Amino acid sequence: MTTNFPSKVHITTTINGQQHELLVPGYMSLLDTLRELIGLTGTKEGCLDGNCGACTVNVDGRIVDSCLVLGAEVDGKEVKTVEGMATPEGLHPLQQAFLEEAALQCGICTPGFLVAAKGLLDNEPSPSEGRIRHWLAGNLCRCTGYDKIVRAVQKASS
Amino acid sequence: MVATFEPKTDYRVVGTRPIRHDGYDKVTGRAIYGGDMKLPGLIWGVMVRSPHAHANIKSIDTSAAEAMDGVFAVITGADMPKAPSKLVDLGEGNINFKWASNKLMAAEKVLYRGHPVAAVAAVDRYVAEEAARKVVVEYEVLPSVTNVVDALKPDAPILLDDLVGDDLGEDVTNTNMAAHVRHEFGDVEGAMSSAAHTIEREYNMQMVHQGYIEPHNATAHWDEEDRIKVWTSTQGAFPARTQIAGILQVDVSRVKVTPLEIGGGFGGKIPVYFEPIAALLSKKSQRPVKMVMERTAVFETTGPTPGARMIIKLGADANGKLTAATADIWFEAGANPGAFIGPAAMCVYAPYEIQNTRIDGWDVLVNKPKVAPYRAPGSPQVAFAMESAVDELCEQAGWDSMQFRIDNASKEGTRRGDGVLFSKIGMQEVLDAAKASDHWNSPLGDAPEGKVRGRGIANGYWFNIGLKSSANLAVNADGTVQLTEGSTDIGGSRTSMAMHVAEVLGLDAHDVRPVVGDTESVGFTDVTGGSRTTYATGYACWQAANNLVDVLKERVAILWDIKPEDVDFNDGLFSSKAESAKTIGFKELAGKLDDLGGPANSTGAVDLESAGDGFGMHIADVEIDLGTGKTDVIRYTAIQDVGTAIHPSYVEGQLQGGSVQGIGWALNEEYFMQDDGRMANSSFLDYRMPTSLDLPQIDTVLVEVPNPLHPYGVRGVGETPICPPIPAIANAIKDATGKRLYNTPMNPGSIVESLK
Repeated sequence: MTTNFPSKVHITTTINGQQHELLVPGYMSLLDTLRELIGLTGTKEGCLDGNCGACTVNVDGRIVDSCLVLGAEVDGKEVKTVEGMATPEGLHPLQQAFLEEAALQCGICTPGFLVAAKGLLDNEPSPSEGRIRHWLAGNLCRCTGYDKIVRAVQKASS
Repeated sequence: MVATFEPKTDYRVVGTRPIRHDGYDKVTGRAIYGGDMKLPGLIWGVMVRSPHAHANIKSIDTSAAEAMDGVFAVITGADMPKAPSKLVDLGEGNINFKWASNKLMAAEKVLYRGHPVAAVAAVDRYVAEEAARKVVVEYEVLPSVTNVVDALKPDAPILLDDLVGDDLGEDVTNTNMAAHVRHEFGDVEGAMSSAAHTIEREYNMQMVHQGYIEPHNATAHWDEEDRIKVWTSTQGAFPARTQIAGILQVDVSRVKVTPLEIGGGFGGKIPVYFEPIAALLSKKSQRPVKMVMERTAVFETTGPTPGARMIIKLGADANGKLTAATADIWFEAGANPGAFIGPAAMCVYAPYEIQNTRIDGWDVLVNKPKVAPYRAPGSPQVAFAMESAVDELCEQAGWDSMQFRIDNASKEGTRRGDGVLFSKIGMQEVLDAAKASDHWNSPLGDAPEGKVRGRGIANGYWFNIGLKSSANLAVNADGTVQLTEGSTDIGGSRTSMAMHVAEVLGLDAHDVRPVVGDTESVGFTDVTGGSRTTYATGYACWQAANNLVDVLKERVAILWDIKPEDVDFNDGLFSSKAESAKTIGFKELAGKLDDLGGPANSTGAVDLESAGDGFGMHIADVEIDLGTGKTDVIRYTAIQDVGTAIHPSYVEGQLQGGSVQGIGWALNEEYFMQDDGRMANSSFLDYRMPTSLDLPQIDTVLVEVPNPLHPYGVRGVGETPICPPIPAIANAIKDATGKRLYNTPMNPGSIVESLK
């Protein structure tokens, strides 16, 4: 079936705290690795060229556009997606704030915004409005005009 | 006879802000959008697209693609059922199935770059893309035309040989002009020639895209029973079914559309693009087929809203009263007719009372994608022209433009540009609220060195449609209610529907569980569009809830052995009219239904005229860098008559989102076309939509003038907010720099140029 393509790469990676051993086709993006191989469809496809941020995930503490990373590149790394944000104790404060502040309309950009915003608050618990707007500028939202997203991030920050 | 309702203010649920029912799935990544669809045996479809904007297809060779390992089916235009030339109403816009079919896959001729010419289904997306590259198409390239001026020249390349244009009722052939319509009232020439002040200006706008973040997608399975099952992100499962059945030439009952979660649409996900193609690939491969569109194709082949050329002339008397107006508008339809010149005529003069008006509109074919509705289609364009002209007229005559708008405001009985007389509208209330707003009464503040500041205002209008909606209710034994409704939920509407039901039944919003039905689980419902959803589907939910109360009164009558008409219902409590102390709550009754006749269900179905006229005014403060020409919006307020806000957070969200789309349209967004008909900026990098960094918080003022045509006073909200931003920013730029811009986008280059 895939004779036209490079062979598969054997990787071991931790996704949302769970170790996965995978055979990833060499051409496959991390986005498709998550969505097609693991079944984690919470990470969304918007543009496939790193300009919308809908596919934002966290790799070893840095937020990245998973459409621009190969699955093979996360060998030995730790990947966190929107599915890993809530805990048995409940939603992450950002998720709760997004609900309470009505910070989503269609919701397709929401997973990317949540992962990106978590990347900010993990390192800077009390960012200013300007800092939030700067940090989130790599994530496009077409529904909300960002107002309620910014408010939600402010609400979730300490 | 249309029912009317008295305004109420003592609501329990309406006007509160419950967490949306679908929110938990959406913040955890569990919600299933169209692109997330998985089925056993699923394979992927990919389009083969034309690199040319206008060309005859000489030949297509699919043999190399078909021979590839992992390829299950290849189709071309020859596989498309031959649909008749027939116009069908889709609620917001019409569809001619012959052209719609040809738009999805070209038969003999491609009409825009990216026009599909073949499609491939293969084991996965990567193999399908590889196979698509092996389809060999030979073209005879034709000259292309991408603007309305060139398209109407006598020697212009003709897009559709079989188009019969309608020029004020006369048939025209060998033309790119699909239609020319006119609305004229009063003595326009007389009033214009006796006007004390007149102004005439031309405005040009580039095509822009809706810019939803989720690309188009569809999954289809043509099964052994010859039934076509489709899962897709759509603004209307039933209108999608109508289109799919029409293009595939099958009865609607052969098609089942299951709407999955939708990642934005703004009108652009009313037309289908992939669904019939995925179905034909499925028929040929005998497997379910999924397709997800690349972003370049989203820009090049879906959506956009018309680019426009417009000439506006206004006349006013010496006292500052508008007496005459004319508008000539040419809109780009793209490759098929349908450029929203009708809505433009309805909207252009709507905020004003003018006795003598004329509008001429032309619907013009160009070698660009066929336009789709985009939030108040046609209205932002004419708002830019009209509201800019109003401000310039005021500057010329020395009038205050806020007072001028108040003095000339439309009101009950005012005749709209297309002849319709307004009923109860809130234009005056909106202007009063704008004039009293904190923003309007706050100083602009001083600009830093090298920058200038300005403030602009503008009105906007959308008529808001009504149409058909359906809803079903069923009582659960624990006293909650299951709601199935037909409107796909693009921005929190499910919760507004549940709130309608909860208000009637005296329940909490979360005691009602709303789901969006597929085309086999709920009655016909028109698109989520036209700002109709909360109004019309909410109305159907209200009706279903009232019908449920009637059903439950019969059960209470059984329980108490009295007549149903002797049972009262108030605020969640049933009582006996004869013995007011005898009561039973909704929840307690629900638990007893097994012994009182069994399941209690109800339904609501409506077909409504209009969701009430929506008027707004926006105030924009800008700061412009005189060196770079970059405009920053530093303060922004949207004021709008929203009728009654069912869930105020999501009403505010509509105002904020629409404002920001308008800001992007004003300042940056455009289809930048090359001479050969290629869009040079078909990515989110180069098609520059606003980011969080580009914007301030967007303040909103909800003016609530209850709509008498809805039980809770709901008025259409979602579209009006995209109309005022473009002229508000144009007027603010003029205020800041002293230079007026007549074309969009008003990007840094245009501003620097204007300052030379």
